Amino acid sequence: MYIMMAFISGLIMSMGLIISGMVNPQKVIGFLDLFGHFDPTLAFVMLGALSITAIGYRLIGSSKPMLCDSFDLPKKNKVDRPLVMGAAIFGVGWGLAGFCPGPAIVGMGIGKIKAIIFVTAMLTGMFLARKIVRW
Amino acid sequence: MNLSYVHGLIGGMLIGLAAVLLYWFNGRIMGVSGITSKLLSKLDRDYGWRSAFILGLVSGGIIYQMRYPVVVIINASGWGLAAAGLLVGFGTVMGSGCTSGHGVCGIARLSKRSVTATLVFMSAGILTVYIKKLLGA
Repeated sequence: MYIMMAFISGLIMSMGLIISGMVNPQKVIGFLDLFGHFDPTLAFVMLGALSITAIGYRLIGSSKPMLCDSFDLPKKNKVDRPLVMGAAIFGVGWGLAGFCPGPAIVGMGIGKIKAIIFVTAMLTGMFLARKIVRW
Repeated sequence: MNLSYVHGLIGGMLIGLAAVLLYWFNGRIMGVSGITSKLLSKLDRDYGWRSAFILGLVSGGIIYQMRYPVVVIINASGWGLAAAGLLVGFGTVMGSGCTSGHGVCGIARLSKRSVTATLVFMSAGILTVYIKKLLGA
């Protein structure tokens, strides 16, 4: 059941990314092109996603998840150097191709060879980061 | 209002629903980079649900494109994608998250780290696109 629920969540996430148009790198680049042909769609996606998530999280509260004993939340709470440097490096890659992890993985399912190239490189980058340092 | 904004809003709400379900039932934050990258580590043995989530993402793409056309325009070259992928992979592990984990779930939890990370990666992305256009790439 626990594993099935993760699959369903991934499936819904994938539909959300496709319907919103965020699976299309051109639209993401359009949002980042603030000083050019700006396309605000991503802001609407964030608005929809954030409102549902914020309300949902609050309604769920902190008692207990349905299928396990406790919530698994990030333990770090301080803004540190790896966070800021990592986010900056991620942002440069995001701006270069218009892909972030979710849409790129969905793009593989859609059958885009270029998405496969991106994800292969992304996994390599993740592996290197995990190998080199433990943040 | 432009139709693609309406689609954006509806798609965004589905993304939110996916995040809420994973939290409500599984007690997990829906961060795609973390779910993926921890599959590569030996420290975390939660391979089952992580692979199931990724499989859900891929299956969604397969199923959807069998019934409806999906517009995916990738202008970057093969080498450009390889470089971008490396940076995204490295950066999301170093910075503990990406657009879904920090941008959606983290901000919804009002995490200071996630708000900071989101402002930083959005600014870096905007700057990158600006410079790329300046160089005519």
